[in-house]
This record gives sequence, structure tokens and C-alpha cells, in this order.
Amino acid sequence: MKAFSYERIDDAAQAAARAFEVPGSKFIAGGTNLLDLMKHEIEVPAHLIDINGTGLDDIVATDEGGLRIGALVSNTALGADERIKRDYPVLSRALFAGASSQLRNKASTGGNLLQRTRCPYFYDPAMPCNKREPGAGCAALDDGADTRQLGVIGTSDHCIATHPSDMAVALRVLDAEVETVSPEGQTRRLTLDEFYALPGDTPEVENALEPGEIITGVVLPAPVGGRQRYYKVRDRASYAFALVSVALIETDDGKGRVALGGVAPKPWRREDADAELGNGAEAVMAKLLDGARPTEENAYKLTLAERTLAALLAKE
Amino acid sequence: MDFNQSADENLFDHARIIGKPHTRVDGALKVTGTAPYAYERHNVAENPLVGYPLGSSIAKGRITRMDATAARSAEGVAAVITALDIDELPRADSNVAKLFGGEWVEHYHQAIAVVIADTLEQARAATRLIEVEYEEIPGEFDLDDAWKRLQDRDVVSHVGDVDAAFDSAEFTLDETYHTASHSHAMMEPHATIADWCDGKNMTLWTSNQMIEWTRQALATTFELDADNIRLESPYIGGGFGGKLWLRADAVLAALGSRETGRPVKVALPRPFIFNNATHRSGTVQRLRIAANKDGRITAFDHSAISHTLPGGSGEDAVNQTRCFYAGENRRVAHHAIDMNLPESADMRAPGEATGLAVLEIAMDEMAEKLGMDPVEFRILNDTQVNPEEPSKRYSDRHFVECLQKGAETFGWAARNTTPGGKREGQWLIGQGMAGAYRGSPTLDSGARVRLSEGRLIVETDMTDIGTGSYTIIAQTAAETMGLEMRDVDVRLGNSAYPSASGSGGQMGAASSTAGVYAACVALQGEITKRLGVESARFENGQVVSGDKSVALRDVAQGEELVGEDSLHFGDFKDELEIGTFGAHFVEVAVNAYTGETRLRRMLSVCDAGRILNPITARSQVLGGMTMSIGAALTESLNVDTARGFFPNHDLAGYEIAVHADIPDMEVIFLDTQDGASTPLKAKGVGELGICGGAAAVANAMYNATGIRLRDYPLTLDRMLDRLPGA
Amino acid sequence: MNSSNNVERQTKTVTPNSSTYSLTINGKRHTLTLDNRTTLLDALREHLQLTGSKKGCDHGQCGACTVSINGERVNACLTLAVMHQGDEITTIEGVGDVEHMDPMQQAFIDNDAFQCGYCTPGQICSAKATLDEIRAGIPSHVTQELNGPIELSDAEIRERMSGNLCRCGAYANILKAIHQVAKEQATEERS
Repeated sequence: MKAFSYERIDDAAQAAARAFEVPGSKFIAGGTNLLDLMKHEIEVPAHLIDINGTGLDDIVATDEGGLRIGALVSNTALGADERIKRDYPVLSRALFAGASSQLRNKASTGGNLLQRTRCPYFYDPAMPCNKREPGAGCAALDDGADTRQLGVIGTSDHCIATHPSDMAVALRVLDAEVETVSPEGQTRRLTLDEFYALPGDTPEVENALEPGEIITGVVLPAPVGGRQRYYKVRDRASYAFALVSVALIETDDGKGRVALGGVAPKPWRREDADAELGNGAEAVMAKLLDGARPTEENAYKLTLAERTLAALLAKE
Repeated sequence: MDFNQSADENLFDHARIIGKPHTRVDGALKVTGTAPYAYERHNVAENPLVGYPLGSSIAKGRITRMDATAARSAEGVAAVITALDIDELPRADSNVAKLFGGEWVEHYHQAIAVVIADTLEQARAATRLIEVEYEEIPGEFDLDDAWKRLQDRDVVSHVGDVDAAFDSAEFTLDETYHTASHSHAMMEPHATIADWCDGKNMTLWTSNQMIEWTRQALATTFELDADNIRLESPYIGGGFGGKLWLRADAVLAALGSRETGRPVKVALPRPFIFNNATHRSGTVQRLRIAANKDGRITAFDHSAISHTLPGGSGEDAVNQTRCFYAGENRRVAHHAIDMNLPESADMRAPGEATGLAVLEIAMDEMAEKLGMDPVEFRILNDTQVNPEEPSKRYSDRHFVECLQKGAETFGWAARNTTPGGKREGQWLIGQGMAGAYRGSPTLDSGARVRLSEGRLIVETDMTDIGTGSYTIIAQTAAETMGLEMRDVDVRLGNSAYPSASGSGGQMGAASSTAGVYAACVALQGEITKRLGVESARFENGQVVSGDKSVALRDVAQGEELVGEDSLHFGDFKDELEIGTFGAHFVEVAVNAYTGETRLRRMLSVCDAGRILNPITARSQVLGGMTMSIGAALTESLNVDTARGFFPNHDLAGYEIAVHADIPDMEVIFLDTQDGASTPLKAKGVGELGICGGAAAVANAMYNATGIRLRDYPLTLDRMLDRLPGA
Repeated sequence: MNSSNNVERQTKTVTPNSSTYSLTINGKRHTLTLDNRTTLLDALREHLQLTGSKKGCDHGQCGACTVSINGERVNACLTLAVMHQGDEITTIEGVGDVEHMDPMQQAFIDNDAFQCGYCTPGQICSAKATLDEIRAGIPSHVTQELNGPIELSDAEIRERMSGNLCRCGAYANILKAIHQVAKEQATEERS
């Protein structure tokens, strides 16, 4: 971990302005992923801005009938919130499927969105990785690499990493929007689809945030109701990243929405796949996973995604 | 004391303390966080510096340049030692890869530099400033490739005529299996504080299972007189074989201390351990079994390969096949293939854990071919002699009773016998079982006991790696001396104490308690001499001779009386097979859609001689069962065959079982004693639990799904396309 | 996010690479001046010599460093000490000592819920938090009904304890120890 200076700023817009002004700045909230990466020198901030005093830690009703979740709301507090449990259960389920109690107590909503991939080659600074060092190459793409956990769709010839968040998959299926403030004090909202970038030939660019721009919250639209489930498949029974996860909302009119985790560089959803829900898991996945480019080792994820959705749709 | 014949009836057959449940004597320290582990000993060495290692980023080759200029001038840095700064250190017999020094790189994350600084933060950051250039040499990393190339076979042993037996057999099995490489993943990283400030006398506060072996290894490595080396390792945060040997933490700390003239402490960073330290090699195994239609096995043919760095021995997965079941014709062959992956070495039940994971699937497959119940098939093929050498009988073998007791307790008779035939909602339910066998070697073991004012202090370099040594040694001493547990203090893991077996190969409990018994008998001799009597009984804190009775507290009149001895195990044991036996029963649920496998319950029945303490022994078996569940379902050091290393080198990527993976577990000990083993008639139990457990899971999964998996770990991707779904 | 102690916070200038701050550990206030890189875990173990909290992985993957901060369990290895100005931290040393053990510590001994002992302080801190979190109605991955009271089942305990690895495999006994304390607490509540 490289040495860094530290300050605490208790206003989000001021923090954004400060980050823009001080080179090598990085915000820290929970720190559960950032510090992990700093120990590996995968993240090397010269200046840390602690935003825990910015007061972005409440969940309030919006005029549109939804909820605005402060960026600092912990994963535990969010998942256990009465309104979330009642009106957005897929989000509670996704949150409690992730990490451990200790990590969820510390991890923030904004930080969870900004988690970086768990690709073992990204995590090993001795390995070539285009995400860590643009142009360095990708060890995961070499013959003989360990790719069982890596992405099958939305990937590129430069990177096949996945986004590890469970929470973001649920937010994607709920049509949530990310709210930010810029160093100039401008706020904007982005859908999760807009927020996350696909790797293409710039895998180091993971989202739409501009320099200094800070996530202030996540906005949930009015509740959509329906049966909401989150099915996370992993090798061990807990405390592991998803091989595949499925967030599903089935509404009474026989329609619904599906998003996948563990398969792509961002939470994966296509509206034309949602429309196939009435036709079963195979039809949904034919659309949702159209264009998938798995490796020999992770092709099982295509089958697994379909079967996981089938398990959710089955009436047993 | 010599142990030259099987023990007859003795005091342990009428024990007050041995064999009774006692909670751990070190429990209070452990639950309050005050048991001092190696890296935490702030009171032993003044102001230690902190060392942080740098590992090679290639698997095989030569370092052509190292530049540590920037690291040396970094804040807080006291010294940087690179591999090019010193000659390759001599290797002890127990080290296959060199631990440090010289230009050659033998495996990924081999230590190539250490930075010594005032703080961890400074040392860690400075390692990243070291520039390294390599000349890479292509290496061998693919065990399957080696298996395919393998033409000849190093036959370890061939009895009878295996080929003829297969030709004439009515039923045969011939299948190939894989087991993955495993990491010990003990919770405490390898750690050492070293004081070698004067370059002459070396003291290490470390975390090591084998004090004397490691002292000797240090003497070889640093070309020192062993008498100038002192080791302390009183508390060890798990080992499982990973801390049997001298490792890089101790070497780098010692080098750093010599270089700086200050004590230095080094803990291996977790992401570094998986490739830097040792691991259990994966295997490819081919197993052939021949049997007649009555179910009697006529031949075994078991060949296996594992990987090793040149000079090592790999993972011998065939050994148990020589002796576990009956059968006149048998051939086993093991190839340790020279490859360039990190160093493979012993891990909990080396050989048997891996071999039984395969043999016990094969037995299940064979029973099915024969249309026999797998329990009955094993009972039919039990043996009371070593089938390779029928004149050599088992000293005490109750495998059949384990099977019967297990089947009865588990409710085996009521199980569904049609694979894939039982479903509860989305889950397929199955039951399976496996046999367990592990040898029970003993090693000469010494101890010293000091009696002063009625308190007894036991000193031995035996270690407690969580095994319960402190407790069973206190029990042994209290029993022998007629004292209570509260009268005994046990001091372990110090090279100043008499040398014992150490903790490895499930020989520690049986061997070290025997050594403590010998020392207590020596003390009894001192006491009777002091009292001028021929013989005496030691009971209720008294020495009783005839109608004379003296309190132990008064025997020495304020002086300290000392007894020291070793227990020497005699050659008579070579004429016997001394082993431990067990049977595992498992129930699993496999999701019919996704293939997720979750255990519902597990039972193990063990025949391991006298159980010295049913509480700590049970925990040892539970631990082995738990580790076998990890080995069955999730644990794999994945091999990157392009670059020659294990990429999933942390505790998120290498998945050991978590609490949610572990179901209801039950352990039953048969009430057996094996007088051929030790005076206490005890055998090891620390490794028996991991032997066969993985196969019991595999067999239960087969019973649940009808899909036979032969490659570990038994992950869902191996069966997904064959599962029924709805 | 306690905003009442603004006064004690850092000044908003780019500070050097170390900071001075105070935190309360096991009821005792400590003022530290440390490298900003120092994690709470290393501050405890190295600088305050409170070595009960263990370092098993230093990356939030094992739970051996579990401590309580302002009443919530966290991994002390994944948080910087400098971020805890004014916080109340409880480590295993504050849970109980050899003479005054917490019922959970005694239950771990009674049920042999450990072997090597290295993960044990973290397990005990988590075990206490597990019962508190169930009582507080915080759901888990295995909670059947998100909106109802939570049953103190084996499955709930196992899931909630899954952030604490134990390689010795004491899980089955840890479960028993937690049930023992839960029963004791239920008896106390009734009486």
C-alpha cells in the first residue's frame, strides 16, 4: 500500500470538488473493497477523502412513490430496512446473499456499486491485466488460464472479467438509478445500464463517473410488486461470489423481468428477454445470452443460468 | 523406557482421568485471545523490525537483474536482502525447493527478496519498489499431459498375478479419477520472530509442528551448530502438515535479523502462502478391481501420479490399496512426476486422504456392479492380516464393527437404493458411505517432569496444533502420578525441552503421551529412591508403599525432583500392521436444476484404540470430516497451465468449507484398546476423519442423482447437463 | 456516521501521511499517531498490543479479525484506524478475560468449539453479534420470511457464522456453543 494523505470532508459536493482538485484522490466509505485492493497496490490513491460524515446515510421516500437510498447506507441497513423488505424484497435478498455479516455492516451502497472484479488475474499484480494496466494483455485469455468463474457475455478480446455485486443485479431488475454530484455541484441520474461500461478495448473504464464525480445515492422507482426472488448459485453454501445469480420479478399479469449476475462485466439484462418470460427459461436465455462467448471452462454458466431461472419458474 | 511387547493390563485400564472427558486446559487462554501465537509475542524480543517477502512472478527460470535501490531508500527501510545478494541456502532433507538465495527460480512466489523496515506498512510498500528481470524457462505444469505420456509404471508392489486375475474375473472395474491439489489453509499464517542479532545464537519464536526437525533444518540451512539454535512454538494456529517443515517466514526473519542486528518478525501474507508454501498435490488415478460373483475381490490394480518439484515425493495415493481390503492379487504403482508447480508435500493424511477418496468410490462402483450392498461388500472383503504379507496380522482391527455400528446408527437399511430415485421438491436426496483407514505410526518421544511442592510440571517439545496435546498430556501425567488435573502444568513446543514426536502423521497423541508416561515412571523411580522403598503406588496425591503413605507435596521437602525419559518403540511393531479404521455415512441433497450439493448429515464411526479424551478426539474427527467435505465439494488449487501457478491464491478463491456447508455431524468411537501401539493402548485419530469422507459424499451424490462423478471437487459444472431439472 | 464529534475531526487540509486521533477500545480511550495506512487490526495488534484479534488473511476473507465497532461486527483488517476517530471498539479482550469470562467464552470451552484457537476470538465476537442480530430482526440469506420474526434455527446460525472460517472444523461445536448461550439468554429473559 502506497502512502497517502487523508482527510474527512462532510459534504458530498465539497468532497467532489476536493477530489477533482487533489491529484490521485479517492473517496473512501466502507473501504471493504478499496483497502483490499490498496494492499495489493491495485488501487494506489495518493489522497483519501473519507466521506463517512456526509450524511448520505438515510433512506427517504421520493415524490414519485419510490425511495432514495443514501450512498452511505450500509448493505445491512439497506437489506433490513422495513420498506425494502416489504416493497423491494429482491434487493434485500440480493444483499443478504452477498459477503458476510461483517462485510455487509461496513460496505456502503455506493461502494458496492463500485466494487471491482474478482478475476484472479486482476487480483494478482504479477499477472498481465488490461484492466489494471491498459495494454498489458490479459492472462485470463491465454490457453490454460483458470476461467471457471469469469464472464461469458459482454466481455471483449481484452477482458473477460465479471462484476461481482449481488446488489447491483437486484437494482438493475428494479430499474434503479444512480445519483451523482459532480465537482461543479451538478447532480445527475444514470440507469444502471448507463452507469456501467462494457470493457471493449478500454476495460479500465468500468463506469460513467467523471473525475471527482461522487455517487450520492440510488433512486428506486415506485414499487412494482409481484413475486421477487434472487437465486445465487455458488460452490459453497455461503460467503462466496456467484457462479451465476438470477434476479427475477414475476408480476400477476404473467410478465416480469430478469437480470443475471456472475456472467458479465455488469448486471446483465435485456428487455427483449424479459418479454419471453411467459415462454420459459430457455426462451428467456436464448435472448438474454445471445452472443455469449464462453471459454471451455465456463460454458457451463450458460446452462446454469437457464436452469437457475427454470428452478425459479418451476411450481414446486 | 523400552516398549518391546504389547502392553498387558495396566493402570490405564483402570483409569480415573485418561479416557474421560476433560475440556481443554488451554481453553481459557484461547477463548480470551490471550494464548500467545508466534507473531504476537511482544514481550520476547525488544523492538522488532518487520520483514515482508517478495515472491517470484514466474514459475521457472533465472533472475537476471534485481534493483533494490529505491526500496533501500524508502521510508523506514532498514535492509533489503535479495536472492542475488546471497548464495543459495543449503536445503535440509525436508525441503525440496530452496527457501532463499541464488539466481534460479523453481516455482511461482518462491521468495526472492525480503524488505526489513520499522513497520509492516513501510516494508510492504517497499517490496513493490524492487525491480526484477527474469529469463523464463518453459516448465511442466499439466498433470493430465503427464498422465497421457506415461508409458512405464514404477511398480511399488506386485503380489500374485494381477493380469491373470483380471482375465479370469467375473466382474471387473476399470476407471480413471482425478483429485485436486489442496492447500492446508490453516488460519494462522506461517509466522516467526527471529533473534539472530549476533549471527551466532539464533532464537526463533515461530509456528511449527516439529520443533526438533526444524531446529536441525535450521542448522543445515544456516550451517550452524544446532546447539546454538532455540525454538519456541507453544501455540500454533493450525498446521495440517503445512508447518511440519522450515519455511520462508523463519528463514527470512533470521536473515533479516542477522543483517540488521535487530529482532525481525515475518508473517507470510495470505495471498503468498498458497504458492510459496507447500500443498497437497493433485492426482490422476486409475483403479481396477476384479471380483468373483460372490463378491470376493480377487485383484486390485491401482496406479497414480502426482506432481512434485524434482527431488520430492509427491502424493502417494496408492499405499492404502496394498492393505485395506482382502484379495490375493494386487499391484500398485505411484509416479511422482517432476513438474514446476510449487512444492507439494504432506497434508493431513498424506496419501490416504487422496487414495481413499478414489478407492472408496471404486468400491461403491464395484458393489453396484455386483448388485451388493456397499456395506456388505466391504464386510465380505475385510481382512485381519496384511493381504500382501499374510503372516503380518493387524494388531487390532475392528473395521467390520465400524461398518455395522455406522449402518445401524445411520439407518442405512432404510435408504433408497435406486440412484436418482428419491426427490423432495427440487432436491434429489441420496445416501452414501465409505470406509476409512489410516496407519498409526509411533515415534520415540521424550519428556521431563518436575515435581515441586506437589505441583507437577511437564516439559516436552511436543506441540499442540489444536489437537489437544496440552490436555491429554496433563491427563497422562495426572493419571500416572496419582494427581488431579489441576496439579499439572504442561509446557510444550520449546527446543529446551526433551524431544518428542511432534505433531504429524497422526502419531502425536499416542507417541507423546507414551513419552510423558515414561518420564513419569522415571520420576516415580526418583521418588521411591528418595523414600528408600522398593516400590510404591501413586494415588490421591499420595505415595503409598506398604502401609506407609506420604503426600507427594512432602516427598522432596521443598526440593524439586525431576524425571526424564523417552519411550522407545521396539522392533516388534514391524511384525504387525497397526492401523486405525472407520466408516463414514453421509446424506446429501443435490438440486435437480442447478446441481448445488448440500450435506444434510454425516456420521463417522472410528476404531482408533483407547480414546484418551473423548472431547478433544471427537473434535479431531469432526475436523477431518469437515476437511473431507471441503475436499469433496469445493477445494481446488486451480492450475494455470500456461503460467504454472495456482491463481486462486487467497481464501476467497480457494474455498474451504464455511459454517453453512457443515450439517449435523456425529462421531462414534468404538471401545477398543490396542496394546501393541503404546502403553496407553492409544492410536492416532487426527487424520482418520479425513480419510474416505470425500468418497462418502461422492457416493451419496451418485445415490441422489444417478450420475457418477470421478473428478474432485464434485462441482455442479461436472453434472449440470445430466441433471433432470423438473 | 456520528456527526456530533465534528470538533474532533481532522482539519480539511491535505495532511501528511500520518494522523493523530482518539478511539475508545474496550472502554478505554487511546490517542494514536500512526501512518494513515495502519488498519484498525494492526493498530490493535501492533501498536496497542491487543493481540486477541487475529490476522488470518488481512483481506476480509476469513473473519479472524472480527471486532465490534459502535455495536456492529466488522472485519478490523478492512478498515483504517484513522477512520475511527471517536468510535467505540470492543475486541475479545473487552468481551471477557480469564477471570471474568463472557457466557459465550465459557460456552466455547464447554462445547470444545475450537481447536487451534486462532479463529476463536473472531468466532466469539461473531457469535455474540449473531444472537444480537437475530434479536434485532435483521434477516439473513436463509431467513424464510423477510418481514416476520426470525427463528433461532441451526440454519440461521450457520449462515450468520459463515463469515468466520475455521480450518480445524469446529463448526458443529460452535453451533452448540451458540445454542447454549441462546438458551441461557432465553431463560434469563423469562425470569
